[in-house]
Amino acid sequence: MREVYFYATCLIDLFFPDAGMAGIELLQAAGVRVIFPDGQTCCGQPAFNCGYWEEARAVARRQLALFPRDLPVVLPSGSCAGMMKVHYPELFHGQPEAAAAVALAGRVHELTQFLVDELDLKLEDLGPPVKVTLHPSCHALRDQGVLDQPRALLRQLRNVELVELPRERECCGFGGVFAVREPGLSAAMAEDKAEAVRATGAALVLSTDGGCLLNLGGTLARQGPGPAAVHIAQFLRERSHGR
Amino acid sequence: MSEARTAILAALRAAPPRGPAPAPDFAVIGEKRWDAPERVARLRRAMAAVKTEFLDAGPGDWPRVVLEWVQAERLPNLLYGPGTAEGRALAAAWPAPGPGAPRLLAYDRPVEAFKGDLFGTVAAGFTTTLGGLAETGGLLLAPGPAEPRLLSLVPPVHLALLRADRIFDTLLQAFRELGWNREPPANALVVSGPSKTADIEQTLAYGVHGPKRLVVVLIN
Amino acid sequence: MAAEGDGLAGLEVDFLGASTRALADPQLRRNFRRAMDGLMAKRAALFADPAEWTRLRALGAGIRARNLGRLPELLETLERSLIRNGMAVHWARTPLEANRIVLELLRARGATAVVKGKSMVSEEMGLNHYLAEHGIEALESDLGEYIIQLDGEMPSHIIMPAIHKNKDQIARLFSQRIKEARYTEEVDELTAMARAVLRRKFEAADAGLSGVNFAVAETGTLCLVENEGNGRMSTHVPALHIALMGLEKVVERLDEVAPLYSLLTRSATGQAISTYLNLISGPRGEGELDGPREVHVVILDNGRSRIFQDPELAATLACIRCGACMNHCPVYTRIGGHAYEAVYPGPIGAILTPQVEGVGRRHELPHASSLCGACAEVCPVAIPITHLLIRLRREAGHRLPGTSVAGAGTARSGLEALGWRVWGWVLGHPAVYRCAAWCATRCWRLLPAGLPGLRAWTRTRSRPLAARRSLGERVRRQGVPRV
Repeated sequence: MREVYFYATCLIDLFFPDAGMAGIELLQAAGVRVIFPDGQTCCGQPAFNCGYWEEARAVARRQLALFPRDLPVVLPSGSCAGMMKVHYPELFHGQPEAAAAVALAGRVHELTQFLVDELDLKLEDLGPPVKVTLHPSCHALRDQGVLDQPRALLRQLRNVELVELPRERECCGFGGVFAVREPGLSAAMAEDKAEAVRATGAALVLSTDGGCLLNLGGTLARQGPGPAAVHIAQFLRERSHGR
Repeated sequence: MSEARTAILAALRAAPPRGPAPAPDFAVIGEKRWDAPERVARLRRAMAAVKTEFLDAGPGDWPRVVLEWVQAERLPNLLYGPGTAEGRALAAAWPAPGPGAPRLLAYDRPVEAFKGDLFGTVAAGFTTTLGGLAETGGLLLAPGPAEPRLLSLVPPVHLALLRADRIFDTLLQAFRELGWNREPPANALVVSGPSKTADIEQTLAYGVHGPKRLVVVLIN
Repeated sequence: MAAEGDGLAGLEVDFLGASTRALADPQLRRNFRRAMDGLMAKRAALFADPAEWTRLRALGAGIRARNLGRLPELLETLERSLIRNGMAVHWARTPLEANRIVLELLRARGATAVVKGKSMVSEEMGLNHYLAEHGIEALESDLGEYIIQLDGEMPSHIIMPAIHKNKDQIARLFSQRIKEARYTEEVDELTAMARAVLRRKFEAADAGLSGVNFAVAETGTLCLVENEGNGRMSTHVPALHIALMGLEKVVERLDEVAPLYSLLTRSATGQAISTYLNLISGPRGEGELDGPREVHVVILDNGRSRIFQDPELAATLACIRCGACMNHCPVYTRIGGHAYEAVYPGPIGAILTPQVEGVGRRHELPHASSLCGACAEVCPVAIPITHLLIRLRREAGHRLPGTSVAGAGTARSGLEALGWRVWGWVLGHPAVYRCAAWCATRCWRLLPAGLPGLRAWTRTRSRPLAARRSLGERVRRQGVPRV
């Protein structure tokens, strides 16, 4: 039986546990034994991005130690997957943990990328017709080239109409600390993204990233009734499980 | 040696040494090749798309084609470089000065001697070219004593003679085969069309500071 | 650009204020949105083949890395070649030194009527202002630069300096500032007006100033890329030509210009080729009837040699000034170039400006980014812009041993540093994190709305709600294996 580690990421852990659960259940339904290491907290990206590398290392070091067996590590958030995959080697360059960081980076997967590329997951659509659109998170898109995989999963669902988001590659404006450091800029980007979502006529905008979800979901909700933002794992689980 | 020069070079040399970088692989731009008819077609298409005009001519009759075009456009004169074989051929085909006939003007003295006319009354300039570019469109020129730099720049119309069998595939090929990468002339030029700008609301406008019209006389 | 020795270092900059004002200007936002969308589409059309883009970009990046790896030798070779070709070479450490060199050259020849082709380096120098103070007017001849000069403004984009202006604004400007000009919004007529004015100036100019896109060391060749013809006019008509270049613009061989030129025109304006590629390898030569009698090349440092000290940050110098980064930047699109209050805006400006003016003074710029990476994705010479933004954020707040970055550690906020230490402690200790998670999920509603981060967030978003139970808790309850 295949085994993987599952890393929640702090935003999914605190704000979108349903999405995290859905990710775990999707993996389990595909015959994978999911291991959820105790002691996981945060990948360290916020401090890394702000240039506070000592603090980022202190936290990241703890995460490095959570995956002793040579198993894939699956994350339901594109930016955190990117952090471990692309930036941990950078963060630990020249440090005692350098080799461990590189070794870990080689087995990190964003969830949809793992479901498609590694598991070739097949889904059946048990839900009613719905129109959705997809926001590809920047870090998933640019750090790891994840765009086809979420689309491939959604296209398997026969009652789901996937509409392309106008200017889909443009950032939603979250950027972590950027959202509070440059609130005007962040809000302008989020509002434009929300407007694009509304323009599609979709009932839902799906995301592979906890930060984008928080940002876009919050913006849409504040603007009034209309499309909602949902994590793609949660959507896939609900559609294929008939829940 | 200037103090600034010494300081700048010393500062650059104080940087940590870098390992040798690998030699770049030019294959991606060296690979492009087209056969002769395709080269002509590509060049025409690319340059016509930016409002270059084309006149077709044969090796013997191109001076007549040029003359007839100048007459049809009612241009009062045409400036040319008398020191080239093509210039002499043009002059030989040109009618004697007379009422209504366009004058053939020789650019045969330093610009200081006739700047006012050059900027004021010269209607068109004629130059030869060293060849063309198939990949992107474009003409290659090497202004010099025989055909001065301003001949292809100041008059509002530029007539350029291009032999169809002198079209290179790419700019890199042209650089190498013309020897510009070893010993370039004092001025070398690639021209792809009449002058243009999109500085006003990104709207394309032609004829800004360089010639408003580029007319290629293509010898097949 | 403000730097030591030219008196501009004291000017106040306030990115937050400037960007806030820009965000509130609907016309500015509309103009830039439309313009950037257009430029992005044009570039995409010219790089439609991903395999070709990947290879061409690798070639461009490789060439620039190789050039930078040999920068001092290439500059010496360039100087030798330029001199051999009959051109003179001057070196300037600071904008002030460069300005003095230019002024001296102009004065020595009694030049008072000066025309300028486009040169971003001359903006770094504040050259027009300096010359004006000394009684010499340098008239911009690039249409976009001419327009903003008429209005006394700085460029808002490095390729299309007047991109922030509407037709009607330009029409009004021309009718007011150009003698005998009538009001028209027809682009062809406006262009014709500028052509007529500048043609007289080219004819009468004593000196022409230009920038340099690439300077070829081996052959001593200045390469100038343009569409309008004003560059050729400025460099071939007047008796004196002064070319201004940053020291990083040197390349080794003319062959290298071919791929770099293709990357530049396609990245900048979505053109396969510009109208003109002008290769200057000497002044008026033996037997030539026109061309300048003298060509002088001014090589400017202005902080570049300092940037060069750092192996990672030196990549900043690979830039070929195409502007693609700013065309694709979601921040630049929304605020335009003026909000950066710098010569170079957008992503390249956010890494270059702090390194030249001091990362403390300009700490806001590296933070004005969500790190989306759109810039790095389109950079034709593969500058890792997001990496460098993070690096500069680090340098702003820390004085790292052996750093050569200007102003390193001078923007450290004690409060922020403390905040990250607390963050590190909570997230570095799983038990503490679990406790904090429990509090967050149970007591979220008790969080004061006025908490600084929360207030900024909730201005345009609903209050985020922590779930009733964290995933960690649910996983434990549901018996998901933990080893």
